This record gives sequence, structure tokens and C-alpha cells, in this order.
Amino acid sequence: MLGFIIRRLFQAVLVMLVVALIAFALFNFVGDPVNNMVGQDTSLADRERLRQELGLNDSFMVQFARFVGHAVQGEFGLSYQQARPVGQIILEKLPATLELSFAAATLALSLGVPMGIYTGLRRNSWGAQLLLGVSLIGVSLPTFLIGILLILIFAVWLGWLPSFGRGVVVHFGWWSSGLVTIEGWRAIILPSVTLALFQMTLIMRLVRAEMIEVLRTDYIKFARARGLTDRAVNFGHALKNTLVPVITITGLQLGSIIAFAIITETVFQWPGMGLMFIQAVTFADIPVMAAYLVLVGFFFVVINLVVDLLYYVVDPRLRIERAANV
Amino acid sequence: MMLRLNRMLRIGVWAVLTAILATAFAEAKTFRWANEGDANSMDPYARQETFLLLMDMSFYEPLIRRSREMKLEPGLATEWARVEPTVWRFKLRQGVKFHDGTPFTADDVVFSYDRATHPGSNVASPLATVKEVKKVDDLTVDLVTDGPDPILPFNLPTIAIMSKKWCEEHNATRAADITKGEESYATRNENGTGPFMLKERQPDVKTVLVKNPNWWGLKDQPIELDEVVFNRIENASTRVSALLSGELDMVYTVPPQDTDRISKTQGMKIWKTPELRTIFLGMDQNRDELLESNIKGKNPFKDKRVRQAFYQAIDEEAIAAKVMRGFARPSALMVGPGVNGYDAKLDKRSPHDPAAAKKLLAEAGYPNGFEVGFDCPNDRYVNDEAICQAVVAMLARIGVKANLLAQTRAKYFAKINAPGYNTSFYMLGWTPGTYDALDALKALAGTRGGKEGVFNSGGYSNPQLDQLNKNIQVELDSEKRNEMIGQALSLLRDDFAYIPLHQQVVVWATRDNVDLAQTGDNFFQLRYVKLK
Repeated sequence: MLGFIIRRLFQAVLVMLVVALIAFALFNFVGDPVNNMVGQDTSLADRERLRQELGLNDSFMVQFARFVGHAVQGEFGLSYQQARPVGQIILEKLPATLELSFAAATLALSLGVPMGIYTGLRRNSWGAQLLLGVSLIGVSLPTFLIGILLILIFAVWLGWLPSFGRGVVVHFGWWSSGLVTIEGWRAIILPSVTLALFQMTLIMRLVRAEMIEVLRTDYIKFARARGLTDRAVNFGHALKNTLVPVITITGLQLGSIIAFAIITETVFQWPGMGLMFIQAVTFADIPVMAAYLVLVGFFFVVINLVVDLLYYVVDPRLRIERAANV
Repeated sequence: MMLRLNRMLRIGVWAVLTAILATAFAEAKTFRWANEGDANSMDPYARQETFLLLMDMSFYEPLIRRSREMKLEPGLATEWARVEPTVWRFKLRQGVKFHDGTPFTADDVVFSYDRATHPGSNVASPLATVKEVKKVDDLTVDLVTDGPDPILPFNLPTIAIMSKKWCEEHNATRAADITKGEESYATRNENGTGPFMLKERQPDVKTVLVKNPNWWGLKDQPIELDEVVFNRIENASTRVSALLSGELDMVYTVPPQDTDRISKTQGMKIWKTPELRTIFLGMDQNRDELLESNIKGKNPFKDKRVRQAFYQAIDEEAIAAKVMRGFARPSALMVGPGVNGYDAKLDKRSPHDPAAAKKLLAEAGYPNGFEVGFDCPNDRYVNDEAICQAVVAMLARIGVKANLLAQTRAKYFAKINAPGYNTSFYMLGWTPGTYDALDALKALAGTRGGKEGVFNSGGYSNPQLDQLNKNIQVELDSEKRNEMIGQALSLLRDDFAYIPLHQQVVVWATRDNVDLAQTGDNFFQLRYVKLK
């Protein structure tokens, strides 16, 4: 088990290195940050000097090597845009993104799984048809449109919820939380619903399909023949067997929620990492982009690791096979 | 009976409570506003950028500032005069204190101008002609220039005065230098002399300012706002929504397509005025063969008739009316109203005339037109890409096939600017930093190679214009000077050196209880804001 985790962490380092390498190969195409950094009256010589000092004239392999050299010392340089340490900027933005992602994931799971079970069990009921119909909206409408619609309805027309930002945040050490104030809770509703909608419908449809599949299997029939209650059959046997694929997908989706909250964060001006990344791209802020991409690579590996470990918990067969191998 | 008493009591308590709350809100006047970008640093020398400067200039002040009519007026200097051809003398304001209580003296001016012209600072260019800053006494400073510089005072409103003692205490005697790898204290803190003080700074999220109760200017100009909250909201729809939902009092950047919706909403107000920035098209007149064209061995743009044909093929009135939805002022000159040297008499565009354009093109030897690359930004100016698409369609009517490459500003400027100038035909916008036409004449039309022509991406070169620039630079008599500026502007117009399109319109939106001063430089000054 420990060996497995260590192997995975080793892979994480490899993934991050590859991500950084590809990122630096791409940075040749993001444009010239120097023009954004200086005033229009800055002389050509000064521009060239700055470009030289930032190492922008070096080949991408040299820039990559320098980045890795600094990164292993925990040093990510200064943001071109803000002249502040990149590590500090990311630490400021990380809590916002994580709170939003986990709020969205919780929402998606706590609504998506029951809805999936319901539509799987009562396939032909009026309610299930309605849920399936509505879920099409979640799957097919683009996130930014849903976000703008929610703002229009709940902020502009009704005036119930704020249209942007995190409300009032409270700082605990380096962590800033919006979940301890009423304004913070009000502010997280619209963005987390926007972000959760797609995941929720995805999970619902997945659970439904799996439930229908499992309910057809022999052991369910035998369970019924044994005279077990509906409750025991549906939740004790059927649901448990649908969970492996659901966990896989949810895990992967959590990764993409964190990494691709970009659009939701932009629409709601949620001060997280996605918004930071977009701003860095428009500015060609290479240090920020590099650090962000590497960090996201790390997140994906960690989430996959957690997902793999969860399999053990849910599926006893894996435990036995692995034990035999070791 | 008991019940009713109880209820009356409750109503009474409510009334008192609401009254207390109401007065509490009425007393603290908070102004909430938003922009698509943030001021990236609190250090006023970090970048020569309108938004950064306007934010930082609410707590820092220059020697000479601009009024609500964009005229020069005394700031930290009460008077200034040229005592010798190359020496400007400034009398400093007495009794001014920085926010930390340190008195303001001539030492701070000497220190600040030194800091502004050293590495790390990006505001050195306005002080390019200053050779030496001399303290005469505690409240007098001399600026010695390396030749006569009649317009030096126009350069000073963008240079803030910082406290020598404060910068030394916090190891910030050099402006934040990104190449050093450390954050400077002045990036997130301030100590100015201005009407507002920094209370809270969350970069990229929120900046809160409070009124400086000890500001020297209060007796002439009372500041109404107790607190100012600035939010960055990047997405235009969200920004406008936040204004409509009452979460903001002002939106600084408003896209033209949203103005209708705002002005139709009750309680909202649109503010507009022509901007100093002129949007124009440039053509490579330097290379012997265009980089991106099907004409080989020669450069069509060296022929004035081709340039004129392009000019007359483009229907600027249509662009202003349709693409810009009226938020543009067609221009024949490279500078617009509000810039010193602008002359309305000269501002006559050649007519839109595709037939004449086609004829000119034929005379020049291109009866079937030709192909040319066309560079355009898509996130720099108002509706920039849409304008370029319109131009492509208009040129197609005279047989010219312009291959549009519209890209983000970081890539765009890297392509068309120095040192490569890798473009054949491009769009650019320019605001003279000094609010004086000479700045545009030098940067855009001076012959490349020396200090001039840095943004002359088309490589236009005309000895007559270079000579005029030299004469304007040293002319002390403002009437003669403006006359020469007029000659230079007419020269460019008649030579079709550029195709000026329009001046953009500055659009801000507020709730209708807000009063403010809007200027063509887009330099929003918080000290003029009043809430009704």
C-alpha cells in the first residue's frame, strides 16, 4: 500500500515536469509580456534590457531548466503583472477556488446521486421524465450562459443575491474563508450552482444508467427471491455496485472543476485561480501561468490517487487481489 | 389591550432602530465602483498606464495636477516659472504633510524625481529632458533641462511625489524592479499627500480608500466621500449587471453595446466625452518590398496614390455609426480635440469615394488591386477587430484583398512594434502622454532610428516633418509653436502618411445620484465625485 502511494507520488513529479516542459514550449506563442509591462514612451533600449534581464530571449529549454531549478527550491519568481511573488498570489487564490469547487461538488453529489437513484428506480414515473428533461439543459447550455442567466434573474431582477465576488471573507492564517459569514454564503450560491449544474446532471445520468444495468443482474434477482426488502436490495446491493464508476467519474470531474472553474470564476468575478490564470494569459504573465499549470497537474495526480484508494474501500474484490499480489 | 401595547412598543423600537441605521448610512458616504482591470501596483512609478496612475494619484500627488477641464493647476507646487532658458523653478506648497505625518519638503521632490528616473521605474520618459533636480531651499526646487523645454510642466502631472523618509525606512528607494525577484513595500502600501488614504488592498479583488481628514486641499475643495470601494470585475456583462442591481455606483469601462440597456434603466446615467486617443491605420512605407503581399519587387505603399486610394475606400462615417454605434468621432488629424495643437479648421477628412479610389489605384498600376496582410489587435481598443473587419470589406470593393490577422495584444504588439516592425498594414491607437501634439508627431511620424519614431511602425520618413519637430521642440512662443504643429499635422494629412479613423468616446456609467468630472484622457479623479 505504502509502496503504491510512493510510486504514485513519483509519477506526480514526472507529470508535473512534463506539464512544465509542454507549457514552456507553448510560452513561445503567448506573445511579448514586455510591451504590457512598460509605458508607451519607454525606449527600445530599455525594453530590450528588460527582455534580456527576464531571460525572455533564451531558448525555451533554457527557460524551462531555469524554472525547474527555481521551482525545486520552492521559488516561482515574481508575477510580471503584479510584481509580487507567484507563490503568494496562488496561496491567496487557492482557498477561493477550493471552496467553490467543493461547494459545487457537494451540491452535485448530494443532489445528483439521489436524483439518479430515483430516476433509475422509477423509470417511467412522471417525476423521472421531468428530471431527465430538465437535465438536458444542464448538459447542453454553456456555463457562461447559465451564469449570466442566474445573475440576470437573482441579482438584477430579484436583487436577492450578489452578482460578483466572494462577499465578506475572514482570514485564518493564510486561508481566507467566505463560509463563515452570511455575505459569503450568499455570494457562493450562484457560482456554485452554475459550476455544479453540469456535474449534477452528469452524475444523475450516470447513476441512473448504472442502476438500471445493475438491477437487471442475477444477484439482484436472487436477492429479491430471498425476500429481502426493497430498501436492502436497492441501496445495500444495487447502489453499492454502481458506485465504482461513479467514484471514478466524480474524482475526475472534481479535478476538472478545480482546473476549469475558469469560466464560472470569470463570469462571477470569483477571485480564484481560474480567474488568475485567464488574467495571466492575457498579460502573457509567464511565471503565473507556469506555476498554475504545474499545480493543476499535481491536483489531477493527487485526485486520481485518492480515487484509486477509494476503490479499495468500496470494492472488496480489489482488496483481495492486491493482497494476493503483495 | 395588552396585546396592542405590546405591538405599539415593538413598532416604536423598530422605528428607532431604522432611524439609527438610516442616519448611520447617511453619514458614511461610500462610493463603490468597478473596472475590468485592477491597478497592478500602489507604486506610482510601476507603470505608465492610465488606470494605475489614476488609482495611485488618489493618494499621491504631483507638483502640477490637472483640473476637471484638463488644465494644469497647482498641486504640490503653488507656482512655477522659467528663470533661465533651461531652468524651471517651482515654489512648493507650505504645511503639507504625508499620510504618516511627515512634513513635505524639497528633499522629497529631489528624491522622487531621482527614484522616477532610475531602473525599476517606468515613468522616466516625461522627465527625459531633466538633467538635474536642485534643492534651492526647503520649499523651492529647480529643474535644469538639457536644452530649452517649454512644455516641461505638461509632463509633470503623471509624476507623483513620494516621501523620502518613508521609502528609506521601508527599503523602497527604488521602484519595484521585477528582475530583482522581491516584492517592494511600496507595491502594496502608500504614503502620499493626497485626498484619500489606502485602507485595504486585496490585489485583483478589492481596494478600499478612506478620506484623508488632513488633506491640504479640503478648505477649497471639500471631499464628500468618506470611503471608496473599488472592485475588479473583468466580465463586462457582470460589471453592468452589478451596476443595474445596485451593487455599484459606477462602472468605469462600459462596452458600447451595453450603453443602451443602461440608459434605458431608470436611475442610471451614461457619461460620454471624446477621448484623446486617436485610432488610425498605418502602412509600411519603408521596406522595398512588402512583407505580406502578392506584389513582389516593389512596395505599393511608397506611392502616395495607393495610400490615398486606401483612405478614400474606407467609409469612416459608416464605421463610426455602425461598428462604434456612434461612440466615435471621425478624425482627419492624428490628434483630436483636447490635445494641445489640435486645430478644428484643419480637421477635414477627404471624402469617402470608392470610384475615385479605384481610379487612383489603376493610375498607380494596380487596376485589379492587390493582396496585403492586415494586423489588428482584438482586445486593445473599443471594437478593434470589428473595425478591421469592416475595413477589409470596404477595401474589397476596390479590389484590395486585405488578409486580416486579429490577435491578442501581447502577440499583436510584439509583431508590429520595434524592433521588427513586422507588418505591412496595421491598426494602432495613440494618446499623447503630454496632451501635446508634439508627442504624437515624434512617436508616430518622426524618422525611425534615433529617439523619435519608436511607434512609427510604417516607417514614414519626411525630412520636412523632422525639421518641424525640431523647431516645435524648442519654440518658446506658444502661438508660433501651435502654428508649426498645425503645419506638421496638415503635412501628414495631405501626404496620406496615415489613415486616421476616429477618436474613441470615453463611456462611463453611474447611478443618477452621482456627480463627477469626466475628461477625455479617461483619467477619473475621485476628488470630484459627489453623491446626491
